[in-house]
Amino acid sequence: MPFIPHTEDDIQEMLATIGVESIDDLFDEIPTELRCGELQEIPPGLPEMEVASLMQSRARTDGEPLCFIGAGAYDHHIPAAVWELTTRGEFYTAYTPYQAEASQGTLQLLYEFQSMMTGLTAMDVSNASLYDGASALAEAVLMAVRGNRKSKSKRILLPANLHPHYRRVARSIVRNQKIELVEVAYDKSTGQVDMADLEKHAGEDYAALVIPQPNFFGVLEQTDLLTDWAHQNGMLAIAVVNPLAMSLLKPAGEWGEQGADICCGEGQPLGAPLASGGPYFGFLCCTDKLVRQMPGRIIGKTVDMDGKPGYALTLQAREQHIRRSKATSNICTNQGLMVTAATIHMAIMGAEGLQRVAATSHANTQKLSQALSSLPGVEPLFSGAVFHEQVMKLPIETATALGMLASDNVLGGFNLQDDYPELGDAVLVCATELRSDDDIENYRGKLEQVIQSQAQTPSQ
Amino acid sequence: MIYDHSRKGRRATAQAPLEKPELTGIPAEMVRTSRPNLPEISEMQAVRHFTRLSQKNFSIDTHFYPLGSCTMKYNPRACNTLASLPGLLSRHPLAPDTHSQGFMACLHDLQEILKHVTGMHAVSLSPAAGAQGEFAGVAMIRAYHDARGDDQRSEILVPDAAHGTNPASAVMCGYKTREIPTGADGDIDVEALREALGPQTAGIMLTNPSTVGVFERRIKEIASMVHEAGGLLYYDGANLNAILGKVRPGDMGFDVIHMNLHKTFSTPHGGGGPGAGPVGVSERLEPYLPVPMVDYDGQEYRWLSEKDRPDTIGRLSAFAGNAGVLLRAYVYARLLGREGMHRVSEFSTLNANYLLKRLMEAGFDAAYPERRASHEFILTLKKQARDLDVNTMDFAKRMLDYGVHAPTTYFPLLVPECLLIEPTESEAKEELDQFVEIMRTIKQEAENQPELVKQAPHTMPVKRLDDVRAARELDLAYKAED
Ligand SMILES: Cc1ncc(COP(=O)(O)O)c(C=O)c1O
Repeated sequence: MPFIPHTEDDIQEMLATIGVESIDDLFDEIPTELRCGELQEIPPGLPEMEVASLMQSRARTDGEPLCFIGAGAYDHHIPAAVWELTTRGEFYTAYTPYQAEASQGTLQLLYEFQSMMTGLTAMDVSNASLYDGASALAEAVLMAVRGNRKSKSKRILLPANLHPHYRRVARSIVRNQKIELVEVAYDKSTGQVDMADLEKHAGEDYAALVIPQPNFFGVLEQTDLLTDWAHQNGMLAIAVVNPLAMSLLKPAGEWGEQGADICCGEGQPLGAPLASGGPYFGFLCCTDKLVRQMPGRIIGKTVDMDGKPGYALTLQAREQHIRRSKATSNICTNQGLMVTAATIHMAIMGAEGLQRVAATSHANTQKLSQALSSLPGVEPLFSGAVFHEQVMKLPIETATALGMLASDNVLGGFNLQDDYPELGDAVLVCATELRSDDDIENYRGKLEQVIQSQAQTPSQ
Repeated sequence: MIYDHSRKGRRATAQAPLEKPELTGIPAEMVRTSRPNLPEISEMQAVRHFTRLSQKNFSIDTHFYPLGSCTMKYNPRACNTLASLPGLLSRHPLAPDTHSQGFMACLHDLQEILKHVTGMHAVSLSPAAGAQGEFAGVAMIRAYHDARGDDQRSEILVPDAAHGTNPASAVMCGYKTREIPTGADGDIDVEALREALGPQTAGIMLTNPSTVGVFERRIKEIASMVHEAGGLLYYDGANLNAILGKVRPGDMGFDVIHMNLHKTFSTPHGGGGPGAGPVGVSERLEPYLPVPMVDYDGQEYRWLSEKDRPDTIGRLSAFAGNAGVLLRAYVYARLLGREGMHRVSEFSTLNANYLLKRLMEAGFDAAYPERRASHEFILTLKKQARDLDVNTMDFAKRMLDYGVHAPTTYFPLLVPECLLIEPTESEAKEELDQFVEIMRTIKQEAENQPELVKQAPHTMPVKRLDDVRAARELDLAYKAED
């Protein structure tokens, strides 16, 4: 029996001890009319080798195309040691560290994670993870509404150039609490938050302004200006950042006069493989002042009975298992294993390693942008400086171009048509440190063919 | 501490790009001038440090871990290996459908398996854990009432035994909660429920078998009472392991459920997560399921998004939830197949009832001695706490010295000095017998040398920690000296 060790003798002895005839007798409190039958629709069990061959063939079906899509998930090198260590059974198969004395490994690692995240973002404190970047933004919004004592409104300013999926997730999570997310336009020429549109909200009551760095278009925001503007208008500043970019760009804790109040984002670039979108992890950092509004697990350093240093879950009075309906969030299970990987990843890469990855990704995206711009009708759409993504204007229909490239095994970027129809034919491209000069030339060559073939096709 | 190994200028050079290109085109005021405070160490130092840390953990792979409500069963290695095949790991979440058919086939198969095993009409896999599944479920209940213009329903009922995430999730959906007491036999107090029901009732959240480890026998009656009052029934699937292939939440009358794949479908807990909390619904809630979902027309798989499902409660994660966890659960489901699913509930129930019987014989008090245990059961140590001044916490800590992870303590809140014990189906009889011996020994120690138990653990990397100091003198991150 797969994963069940019982022998026939074991079963008989156990039944005798309990004092029943059969295992089925143990279900005698379930009303018989509720019992289900054989579940014929579920396939019969397969041996490991057959499941392996099924999974291998499915994995092969999807090929391994050359990928220039970013849009919230980035293809970076992960040191071999990261997942070798992360999948050690002692990390992989442990539960949430409720018994601190028997979980010092996980607890210390989480404390180290919190230390590294505060180091990277220059914020005071970090929690031990949320589900993903988008839900972390939703939690940051809830936290700001609770934490901004000056604001009586449940309104938040959210720029339109923030990841469209993040905006939707934030909306689905906060809307039942009657929190309103008010959109701020972006500047059509730079791609940055439109200051004129923002000014219209000056003096009004909002709990917070959300500031992306970089924004969904890959463009860098004037974070000092935006943070100060938020504070001058009685709002908290919520930073939504790429953590890798923080190694190179001014970190959220140093924005403007006082720094951002809350900093959240997607941890995937720190050691999580693309893996179809998850598991990744959301991170959430804040100032000391807001720590009691923080959702999720937090680990603190303390001492044991002998005065020896040790680590434990702390400030648990914020959490659902203590506070129930008055908790700061419903989160229980988080993304612990992903944080394990991220901690090992950051430890091995160090600040210098992360900066090299970030700078190389920046440089490769510049190369890609230049290479593609050599084609007629292709050029960067926005003038703002970028980190490692860029919106490129196309001379042909985006869906057609991307479809043809994909059939040639190149994933040419993210089609902006659905979320930003006003941009016309435009694609968001990304070249991380893993895309070589040859890869870039490969993309350029294939896009050239696609454009030519479309030029020859008479339009209907 | 990792930072203790840090020396200025040391690096694991092999892992990063060889050069650091100049930044071009980024305005100076946007560039970081401070050095991020990350450790500077060699690769081997990192490997040694984290290997040593791992050795300070209890885990399923190293210890018996009968943590009630958490289903700490064996996590088959094949699930990890096969979910980590290169093609699956490198697939971008926004890859076009043409490059996603294999992946989507796995998800679609899983949706179908979960649908059948729970008796629900449709399933969405996207919630990232149980609590997010609860959120999705209650949000769907709200969307259903709203769509009918039934907007005076402001209350979600939760039993006093419910997990903390239940009331917290209801509140996140804008509801008030009201507690329903549990009766002396462990079933919900049906009369109290009758009184609580009314036009303000949006729904009730139940776990069945409940968190006290018994099957709610009057579930059909409860379902009709709640439905008659116009409310809907939410099923917290944390205890699905107890009934897999025996009885289905859909047949019990539930309108919406979440499953914890990191429990019943054996994906690893990873020291806190990730999990996956798919939701299943009855026909009337189907339009509201969270997106994305996978659709199959017999030829091709495709994603369903907001455009295809206008009434959806929306998206809960940037992409498709914890895809890698879903793949692990899928592999597990295929390895088990339909016969294996029956066996999960059969042997987890056999193990729990055997262990309960043996512990009662050893002089421990069951919280509900007249009841059949489900896949877990509760002991109450209130006698020991009263007579010997040795409480549940002390017992739990002493177990660590004997190489067993403690069961869940002090949950559910209504049973004083409780231990919630869930052995799971993957443990062999001798492991259970050993646990009985350990419990017997600790009981003797509590009688003869209570200090030994009250000071435990003695053999862990640290002794009992000062939680008060942890909360009062907050030290949440290492700060560089200067
Ligand atoms: C009964 C019960 N309900 C809900 C949950 C919450 O699930 P999760 O931790 O996956 O969010 C748990 C798990 O801890 C549980 O035991």
